[in-house]
Parts: sequence; C-alpha cells; structure tokens
Amino acid sequence: MNFDLTDEQKLLLDTVASFVKKQSPVSRHRELRDDPTGWSRDVWQKMGEYGWLGLALPEDVGGLGGTFADVALILEQLGTTLTPEPFLPSLVASIPILRLGTAEQQQAYLAPFAEGRTSLALAHAERNSRFDVSDVETRAVKSGDGYRLDGSKRWVLNGHAADTIVVSARTSDGENDGGISVFVLDRDTPGLTIAPVKTMDGHHAAMITLTGVQIGRDRLLGAEGSAVAALEEAMDVGAAAACAEGAGIARAVLEMTTDYLRTREQFGVKIGSFQALQHRAVDMFVEVELCKSTAILAAIKVSDADVVERKGAVSAAKVQLAVGGRFVTQQAVQLHGGIGVTDEHDVGLYFKRMHVLNSLFGDEEHHVMRYARLPSFTAGLSS
Amino acid sequence: MDLSFSPEHLAFREEVRSFLRTALPPHLRDKAAVDGNFDHHEIMEWHKILFARGWVAPHWPAEHGGPGLDVTRRFILTEELELSGAPTLSVFGLSMVGPLLIQFGTPAQQQRFLPKISAGDEVWCQGYSEPNAGSDLASLKTRAEDDGKGNFVVTGQKTWTTYAQYADWIFCLVRTDPSAKKQSGISFLLIDLKSPGVTVKPFLTTGGTPAFCETFFDGVVVPKENLVGPLNGGWTMAKALLGHERTLIAAVGLSSRAIRRIKRIAAATQAGGESLLDDPGFRAKIARLEIKHRALQMANYRSLAGAQLGHAPGPESSILKIRGSEILQQTGELAMELMGMNSLTWFNDEGTVPAIEQWVPSTFNYLRATTIYGGSNEIQKNIIAKLILGLG
Repeated sequence: MNFDLTDEQKLLLDTVASFVKKQSPVSRHRELRDDPTGWSRDVWQKMGEYGWLGLALPEDVGGLGGTFADVALILEQLGTTLTPEPFLPSLVASIPILRLGTAEQQQAYLAPFAEGRTSLALAHAERNSRFDVSDVETRAVKSGDGYRLDGSKRWVLNGHAADTIVVSARTSDGENDGGISVFVLDRDTPGLTIAPVKTMDGHHAAMITLTGVQIGRDRLLGAEGSAVAALEEAMDVGAAAACAEGAGIARAVLEMTTDYLRTREQFGVKIGSFQALQHRAVDMFVEVELCKSTAILAAIKVSDADVVERKGAVSAAKVQLAVGGRFVTQQAVQLHGGIGVTDEHDVGLYFKRMHVLNSLFGDEEHHVMRYARLPSFTAGLSS
Repeated sequence: MDLSFSPEHLAFREEVRSFLRTALPPHLRDKAAVDGNFDHHEIMEWHKILFARGWVAPHWPAEHGGPGLDVTRRFILTEELELSGAPTLSVFGLSMVGPLLIQFGTPAQQQRFLPKISAGDEVWCQGYSEPNAGSDLASLKTRAEDDGKGNFVVTGQKTWTTYAQYADWIFCLVRTDPSAKKQSGISFLLIDLKSPGVTVKPFLTTGGTPAFCETFFDGVVVPKENLVGPLNGGWTMAKALLGHERTLIAAVGLSSRAIRRIKRIAAATQAGGESLLDDPGFRAKIARLEIKHRALQMANYRSLAGAQLGHAPGPESSILKIRGSEILQQTGELAMELMGMNSLTWFNDEGTVPAIEQWVPSTFNYLRATTIYGGSNEIQKNIIAKLILGLG
C-alpha cells in the first residue's frame, strides 16, 4: 500500500498546478462562459503537446501508456480552477473506441485526440434512459453496406464542439443488455443535427438529432450488439473522473472559505474566531478529506479487471462526492454570506460545477442502489 | 498508487486469521459470535492468550517485550482482532501508560511496570477528568503536595476512571504547582490503587455495564519515584500520549463487523413477506452506511500508508476519530431500527430475541460515549480549526 506520488507523478502534478495557476485561473472560465465554444482550441492543443490527453492511451496511438491514477491527478488540478477544456467528456468518449475499436479505428479517432487536434463526445443519454446505458431507443438498421441511424440524444457533453461523436444505438430488440451498438461519427455527417445548449455551470453541450444518418460499416465499433460493457465502463471512467475533479473543487472551495473566515470582520472581529463557523469549516474539511480518499479509491479501482470490484469502488466514491461535495459547496456559499450568492464571486461557479458533476454518470441515488445490488454487498452473509 | 497490501503483509493477515480461528476458548467464542459484552475476567483471560502468542503489545519495541511489528502489521492485527469479535483489551496499560513509559520513563520505571502490563499481572486505569475538569482538562484541581520526606500527598477526585474497579494502578494528572498558569503546574503521576486513602465507586453506564468509576484520593501518599517526566511537565506527557497509534483510532474493524451484523439482522428479519435486506429502503440505508465506512477506511489506508513510509501524519489522519466515532454510533442506530420492537429488549433477558440481537441495545447506548471520550468531537473540531485550518 502506497499512495505517495512517484517522481514522474510529482512532476506532472507540479506542471498541471502551475498551468492552472498561471494560464487558467477561474477568470478564464468566467470569460469563456459566453463564448460559443466555451473553451480554447489553442489550450487544447497545448494539453495534447504536454501529453496530458494521451496520458492513459496506448503508445501505438500516440499515448503514454499511463494509468487512470495519473489522469486523475490532472483532473483534480483542473478542477481547482474550473478549467473549461473538454478533458472529461473526451476521456469518457475514448473508452468505447479503446475497448471496441480496431487498430485502424483507434488510429483514426484517438491519435488526433491525443495530439489535441480533435476533441470527442459520447452521445448516450436519451429522454427516457436516465442513467441506464442499455436503455436505448435510437435505432441503427442495416442499410446498404452500412447502417442508417434515427433517434435523438440529449445532454451530449462537448457535443457542441466535438469533432468526433460516439453514438449508442439499438441494432436489435430483445434483452436490454444485448442489441446495443456504438458508432463513431464525424460532426459534419449528413442527417446529424447538433443543437448547442449551455449548461448551468457555464459549460456547453448539445442536443443531437439523428435523421436517416447513413454511415458505412467501418463506423461500427466492435461486434454488433455488444457495446453495453464498454459503455458501462465509460460511465465508470466518467464517474471516477468526476470524483477526481470534484476532489479538486472541494479542496479549492475549502481554501477559499477559510481564507474568507480569516479576513472577513463582523462584530469587530474576524468571523473565523466564531466557534459555530469554525466547526462548520471542520465539517467541510472532513468531507474534503473523504472526497479525496474515495477519489483515489475510484482512480485505482476503475481499471480493475474485476467488474464487481470496479463498480463497488466507483459507486462508493460517487456517493461520497454527492454527499460530501454537495455539503462542502453549499456550506462554502453559506459561510460567504450574501456575496456567495452573487455571480461576481467565484464560489457560486464551483457550487454549480459540483452539482453538474453529481448529476453526471449516475447520481447519488443511482449509485447507492447500484452498490446495494452488487453481489459483493451480500457476499458471505450465511457464514 | 497502490491499494494492495504487500505479499508479506497478506501472509501476516493469514497468520493472524489462522491463529484467531483456534485461539478463542469456546466460551469466549460463543460470546464473540453474538457480540456480547465481555466481563473483566474474560478480557484478562484473552489478554493472557495474546500475551502468550507475543501479540498483546504489538506497538511496543522489541527491547521492551514487543513483537517488533511494523505499522501495517499492527494495523492488520488490530483490524483482525476487531473483526473476530474477540474481547477488546484495556488500552490504559498497553496503549497509553506503557508507550509513555517507553518514551519518557526512567529505566527503573520501565523495569518495574512494563513487564507486568504486558503479562496482564497489573491492570491500569486513567485519572484525567474531574467533576469540574472535563473538556477543560487543564483546570484540574487534584493536588499533589511534597511532604518533604520523598513523597507526594495526593488529595482530590477523578472521574470517568474506566475500569478503576478492576485496576491495580492509575496514571493521573495532578496539580503540583498551584501558583503556575493552568497547564504549566501539572505533573504526571503513577498511583497504586491499593494505597490507603483511595476509594473507587463504579457508575453503571446507560449500557447497563459498570464501565467507569469515580475515584477519590484522601491524603494518598505516593513516592516521588512514581513521577513520570519532569515535575510540572505533565501536560507535555498528556499530549505525547495522545499522539500514539493514530492509525487505529477509527476502529474500522469494529465498524466492519458491526455492518456485517446489521446485514445479518436485516436478512433474518421479515416484514411484508420479505426480509429487510430485500426491502429497498433498508437496503439503501445499509448501503449508505457501508459507503460512509468505506470512505473512512480509505482515509485510514492513506494515513496508514503514510505512517508505514515514515511520514508525519497528514491532514486525513485528524478526521479519523471524528468520523470513526460517528460511524460506530450509526451502526448501533441502524441495528436498533432494523430490530423494530425487538429493540425494546435488554441484554440480561436471555432468549427473548435472537442471540445476535441481544446485546445491540446495550451497545447502542454505550456507543454514545465514542464521540465523548478521548477528547469530545467538539474539542477535536476546535483543535483542527486552530491547527489545520488556521482559524482562531
């Protein structure tokens, strides 16, 4: 057991920390909120050059062959200043390509992403699917040499800007777990309508409609009807990534709040001298440490070959983020008082982002129930 | 980043488990199976078994009779002992005054006291709190006056002296300089409870067990060689003593065991034709508690990994007592809720409820103490606010 960072990880952490501090303070996210893209392609390309985007990708697609634990270090740092580049959505969309794609497909779609020349999006959510990736109404039927896709997808993170969009669709009826396939589409594919939407945290996404989208067979990832496991893994990678980013956010708002408690004066004294506020800050600190701890747990276990082990750890971490992250950001606003509810103060931006992270890749209730239904939850009870 | 225990540590865990499978005598094993409360003589019986195995004082260095285990092995041993339901040994000698004597005692004190602590021949208790010195410990008033003949004469009253009724010795914080500022006039003194002038009166706890006592000192003569550390240096001693074994304070083994018990109670309790374990509401409630426990366990692993590598305690270490004690209390609450009207039972009424439920109400009551003892959680928060968050 060892959670110390290696020298390489320390170097990576320092580089990212210095980047967010100097080149991506919260003010950058604030400025880009009203930009139609919401992030910078120049910065994205730099992230590719630094090797951050391909960090956990295999070397033959231009990656560095690292682990998700390395990626989590980046996400945590990016979270501290709400860096707006689509790191998380691209990471999630890369998983089906990585797990199901042929060498040619991986080369075609992951190599440009690793270099920062393209960004990715995963279109899986639908009006009635909530968090179930196997509940898919969008259909793909065989047509000519390939497929024709019809349906609609909602809340496609980075869908407004992504060059490559991975879409899930039903290729046959039957049991929920079978019959789901994933296809990889270029954004300019005819019949693909991308309607950009702003999300409440100042990021951007898209609602996507597929109307008679005709694509070749080479756009199918993996064998037809076998995508659910890869999509579930993508959701877990997303959840673990949310936990890492959320841990960074939680730490940042705690610092912001204790700074405020040390400087703000009322009744002629610093408000940090009041015990009610001190204890609240400690309650926040407890949750920050637990969010950090479970983010590490998820970052390590999300790559575990044992799927039950993976799901248990990721769900536990996501529930901790939901409960702890919500508490920390709510109390950060509370302890700032009125200024905390204004748009001009940063604390509200973190509050919003935490809500979004908690709503993505399975919310609190979803993960509590998933955890409770795992075979590990009732294992060994008879003894 | 590595979450797994090394092969050597896994082998050690197996060694502990295989020992535990046979080491508990049948009458203790039966009680452990239902998480009963152990009597003092049962605790001491287990103490001597662990002593014979060499594991009674895992954190003592080899030159003082410890087994020389590293911090991870100590954690594993403690966790497995907690998971097994075996009696919890009294901490006052083994984990408190023992390590303090190893750090600050004279060779004579070490030779006199340590072997008897580890062998279980002398039982210790703690004399810190007083009726008017609880969280504000430094306002304690028990006096120790120099009689000019090589002794202190001790007069005063200590309270919450857990297991004083079974103890042979008490380590006390006493006031040796009444004119000095609060913390600076206090000394750390070892007192033989058989001395004339000592009176011990047990309290019955809300759990129905006689855990703690009031202890009165009326002109008790204590030889000066029983002073540990410098005269008026007692506060430093008390603080040093709090720093020992931070990785064990969350008692994650106890919570793991309690959660397993909760699931077994839920599986065996029927309502509306299904077990409560299959009731979505209760199942979610249990899952939430287990997740909370797992989060703390992970914080504990971080602390442990840091300690194993010789690092100073990280910020995560300071949350272990607060959250660990809260989770323990919540295990008691959830077990009571699952029991429904069976939770009206009392432990001395055998056979009314399934054996696994019999002790739950007593434990549920006594667990309220976990957020109070060892520095109440509110005091812990004061300390974290000041020392870690820089508020004050």
